[in-house]
Amino acid sequence: MDFFLEIVVAVLLVVGSLMSLIAGIGLITFPDLLSRMHAATKPQVLGFLLLFAGLAIHLRSWILVPVLVLAWGLQLLTAPVSAHMIGRAGYRTKHVAKETLHVDELKKVISKHSEATGNTGAVRKIEGSKADENEKP
Amino acid sequence: MQPKDLTPRDQRIDDALDTAGVRHRATFKQEWPLLLLLIFVWGALWQDFSVGNLLFGAILSIIIVNLFPLPPVVLPGRINLWYCLKLFIWFIGQVFAASVHVAWVAVARGRKARSALIAVPLRTESDLIVMTVGHVLTLIPGSFVVDVDRSSSTLYLHYLDVNSDAEVEKARAGIRDIERRLIMAIGSPDEYEAIKAEEGPDFSARRPAK
Repeated sequence: MDFFLEIVVAVLLVVGSLMSLIAGIGLITFPDLLSRMHAATKPQVLGFLLLFAGLAIHLRSWILVPVLVLAWGLQLLTAPVSAHMIGRAGYRTKHVAKETLHVDELKKVISKHSEATGNTGAVRKIEGSKADENEKP
Repeated sequence: MQPKDLTPRDQRIDDALDTAGVRHRATFKQEWPLLLLLIFVWGALWQDFSVGNLLFGAILSIIIVNLFPLPPVVLPGRINLWYCLKLFIWFIGQVFAASVHVAWVAVARGRKARSALIAVPLRTESDLIVMTVGHVLTLIPGSFVVDVDRSSSTLYLHYLDVNSDAEVEKARAGIRDIERRLIMAIGSPDEYEAIKAEEGPDFSARRPAK
């Protein structure tokens, strides 16, 4: 039984590390910033899950499981935020290679908004949110 | 895409400061999930879930949320644990499938990988659902949110490996399927009824069009 569990642990750890390797390959091979964000932010989800599962089985202690769940959960909460912030900033500062995009439905919205407000749309939010409405006299 | 009507809705909360500059405080009813989470963090970090330790964690949590108040989150007031479990299992499955897909694109396609920035108008009017849809689709490899239009609940997302208009539509349908699953799990009663009406009587058995 122990031998079998050790094999499971080995497989989980190797596959989990493989996810990180693929992320590294993706960082090099993908053509532009937005595609690279996929490689930079996604391995946490599956790679960490596999690594943590391997760790929990290897250590065979239930009391560690909440810590691992917590670490994974915090990764799930924070990884999308960083992906969003970098992607958004990259798009607004024109670091996106447009030729790799099949369609760009965000461009239409931003240029429409820029015409309406006379703003270049480089930094300003495009949302018609409460905060924006409050700024108007 | 038609812009939706922009009147404030009851499921949208004001930003942290209202027009008078007054900061809204969360009521206990809005804050208890945060308190539970903090107590769990305390117990997990001490690796001790005894009653005394959790009680002390609760006291600390109450002090923390009062010292560092966050803008309140409006809870939909409805949760279906069975759909939550289904959503979680489906999510893990999607993460596996999409990880393999992105890995293949990274290794095989590389520089020639094409993608798309697509707008997905969501049906929901709740900040919480928009946020969770964005989180779930970002965690599933292959897509992430670039921008959000809060007033019309529209997500602008980057989708990897899109080469034709048909694939754009497929991606959009996939995101709206995530939204459907989330509303079934934690959506407000109104939105749940709307989704049920939209999907027809055997909606829970229906497979997503993929």
